[in-house]
Amino acid sequence: MSIGASRQSLGEWLQSEQPASRRQARLGQAWRTWRLFTGNRLGMIGLAIVLLLVLVAIFADVIAPYDPLLGGDLRTMRLLPPSMDHLMGTDDLARDIFSRVVHGARLTLMVVALVAIIATPIGLLVGTVSGYFGGWVDTVLMRVTDIFLAFPRLILALAFVAALGPGIENAIIAIAITSWPPYARLARAETLTIRNAEHIDAIRLQGASSGRIIWGHVVPLCLSSVIIRVTLDMAGIILTAAGLGFLGLGAQPPQPEWGAMIAGGRRFIIDYWWVATMPGIAIFTVSLGFNLLGDGLRDVLDPKAGK
Amino acid sequence: MATALAEGRSRALPAFLGKTVRLLATIAVTILGLLVVTFLIGRVVPVDPVLAVVGDRASQSTYDKAFVELGLDRPLYVQFGLYVEKAVTGDFGQSMLTKKPIIDDIARAFPATLELATVAILIGTLFGIPVGVWAAVRQGKLVDQVVRIVGLMGYSAPIFWLGLLGLLVFYAKWGIVAGPGRIDISYEYAFTPTTGLFLLDTAMQGQWGAFRNVVSHIALPASLLGYFSMAYIARMTRSFMLNELAQEYVVTARVKGVAEWRIIWVHALRNAAVPLVTVVTLSYASLLEGSVLTETVFAWPGLGQYLTNSLQNADMNAVLGGTLLIGIIFVGLNLLSDFLYTVLDPRVRRRA
Amino acid sequence: MSPLLSVENLRIAFPSRQGPVEVVRGVSFSLGRERLGIVGESGSGKSQTGRAILGLTPVSGTATADRLEFDGVDLRSASTRQWRKLRGARMSMVMQDPKFSLNPVMTIGRQLMEAVKLHGGKSEAHDKSIAMLEAVQIRDPERVMAAYPHELSGGMGQRAMIAMMLVTEPDLLIADEPTSALDVTVQIEVLRILDRLVTERGMGLIFISHDLRLVSTFCDRVLVMYAGRVVEELDARRMSEATHPYTRGLLNCLPTITGDSRPLPVLARDDAWLE
Repeated sequence: MSIGASRQSLGEWLQSEQPASRRQARLGQAWRTWRLFTGNRLGMIGLAIVLLLVLVAIFADVIAPYDPLLGGDLRTMRLLPPSMDHLMGTDDLARDIFSRVVHGARLTLMVVALVAIIATPIGLLVGTVSGYFGGWVDTVLMRVTDIFLAFPRLILALAFVAALGPGIENAIIAIAITSWPPYARLARAETLTIRNAEHIDAIRLQGASSGRIIWGHVVPLCLSSVIIRVTLDMAGIILTAAGLGFLGLGAQPPQPEWGAMIAGGRRFIIDYWWVATMPGIAIFTVSLGFNLLGDGLRDVLDPKAGK
Repeated sequence: MATALAEGRSRALPAFLGKTVRLLATIAVTILGLLVVTFLIGRVVPVDPVLAVVGDRASQSTYDKAFVELGLDRPLYVQFGLYVEKAVTGDFGQSMLTKKPIIDDIARAFPATLELATVAILIGTLFGIPVGVWAAVRQGKLVDQVVRIVGLMGYSAPIFWLGLLGLLVFYAKWGIVAGPGRIDISYEYAFTPTTGLFLLDTAMQGQWGAFRNVVSHIALPASLLGYFSMAYIARMTRSFMLNELAQEYVVTARVKGVAEWRIIWVHALRNAAVPLVTVVTLSYASLLEGSVLTETVFAWPGLGQYLTNSLQNADMNAVLGGTLLIGIIFVGLNLLSDFLYTVLDPRVRRRA
Repeated sequence: MSPLLSVENLRIAFPSRQGPVEVVRGVSFSLGRERLGIVGESGSGKSQTGRAILGLTPVSGTATADRLEFDGVDLRSASTRQWRKLRGARMSMVMQDPKFSLNPVMTIGRQLMEAVKLHGGKSEAHDKSIAMLEAVQIRDPERVMAAYPHELSGGMGQRAMIAMMLVTEPDLLIADEPTSALDVTVQIEVLRILDRLVTERGMGLIFISHDLRLVSTFCDRVLVMYAGRVVEELDARRMSEATHPYTRGLLNCLPTITGDSRPLPVLARDDAWLE
């Protein structure tokens, strides 16, 4: 059998109207969603940017031509404009900005990943427990959620960082603490719709504990919509982290964090524009990538909201 | 039928009162929660509040006296009670930095933030709504795509970076706007800041030179913030309008022979305005927050800058007071949007 | 005398993933100042036919016809301006559910007066509206004028809707399932009002419904539609002479008081009818 024929049969298998197994149905669904998504040009651009970010972060050591922390000769290599040697110029400590931006991708990716890893479970837990039990548990948990929502995000993160002390770890914790409430709201709403579904009743009648039902049956059903929401929030997380860095409350020098780099270049903006501009372009590109990706995902998965 | 209507109206008043009471209770609980959070943050910061008052050269006895005076020897819940009591009377303590009561500092900084956020939300609304309507009417066409992309770019750009670039281009290179700050020093004493809103003060006192200077200073930061809220408002307007234009009453209006512009701007927009009010008030609230970064970049002497300065100097009283104030503004604006919602939507107004 | 409305070979198509799908496939009829019923199940294309006559086919769809003429005006090439002069003033439509077809944030009075003002008569808009509300047997017109749609019952809302559509005294009224969303008890009342006004004013009526019995008691002539086509045209007084098996099926699906109709009759369908 030729390769072409086997590929076609795979396509047919995926698009089959009568899937033989649950796995085939699921893969087929994923395949159709993917086909729909590939038709969304802006979404694909977003995906490409995000993949690029991941690749740059992984291969930062290979891509960066210079050391991101150690500068060159302070007498001759400070504040050089962009050239073939230094694609984005050098900063006031004679460091290559391109190398720093490349290494900054690691920090950015780390922030996004850690915030997602911390905030998603908190939101899921609070939301599903609140929605599943209802009553006073729900009232108390939702009140707490509302209080966190009432605080503007950046301000609350600022206050937390002030309390915990500046630094990238604390910035991540602060952003995570301020990001979970919307996820909790969403997970609660989802839980309310499935709480009384018949298959949950069936499990309950079999004598499963509440914890088991929530963890084994409610959380998996809420997971996908919460994950989409987190993806949509990624750009916001990046911007908040950069904002904290810019205010000197996030990553500390000499770490190559993009927001902090802009703050560092601020003093020279008029004469040496590239120092502050280049890391800004990086932030802008990456958060645009996440926004385009999230927008495309929403169009595909929730056609009503996008139209 | 007529009696049913009359009943509906007489029932409406107690229902509205009940709703207000419920709302006030919610606000009270939320503000209490804000107080708990700020109080706890204040307790976990690695800053000794006693040293902040007495200075680090005070003797042990002075220190102990102040320790007791501040109530730090008492249980945590008593301390919290004192904190709430003071907060209710507007006493957030003294700023370490300015040595003035926090409430006075905030009263001076807030009008600057308010003025900036207000001009910005006006720009965002006046442009955002028509643009969103336009994009909805031409759904899928070029205009719609452009609006979408420009909006997404607005979501993606770090505001402090755009601010710096704006200053670089419009102020340093082209010189068409004034630089950082609210006003040039030469104009600062040309008028009395009665309201603290300089646009209003200068205009009311007929100081047109100063007025022009203020406009020139506020133009760039307000346009920037306005662009960000415009991106959001336009996007939401578009989606609300698409929803409304698909409703049956739009067909009814067409059947009646109503002109298309009137269908869009009167029939549909009037309905879309109901959820839009929430969007506009919420983005107004987030402007008061987003201003932290903008104010830093533009050296705007508002609440955001006050907060960051205090933060960097570990002036916790000031930080917590400011944070609490912004939290309260947030709650207040939510209340306002609920109220406007009832005004705009007859279905809510005359029902429970 | 030439007919008020003539439709020849009307086709309406909507795009879908598998290419365009025709929901109306070559419908032809003509109408004088009479009452014509169009009957069919949901999806048979009866509502889209009604909307196409008013030029209100949704943007995504396309309507074509060999002839679509209203009182000498070719509707296929009518300009926006001509349409605005026709709609409301000379032809109008009552839709299914007043809950959705009335603008929820405008008072009945504003919506009613808007219709009058649009077609001349700014000064007497108020009086005309009141008179019209009285004509649809609303006893307290002033109060209804000040009410919002959600404050009215379904029957009241539909009367207000009828008033709004007839206040300009059009020549043609399309009623698209005007009573389907109403309680059974008010259905008859609303129908009676509609019937009286149409007869008094001598206008043409297209009555769209899924209920063949109702239509036959109410109209002079009935078109039976199935899957986008007219399968049978009948004189309303001679329903028993229907020959098409689909029409017969529709007639037989009503329960009878006398006799046991078990097993319940099921509508028969035949792919041959699609051709």
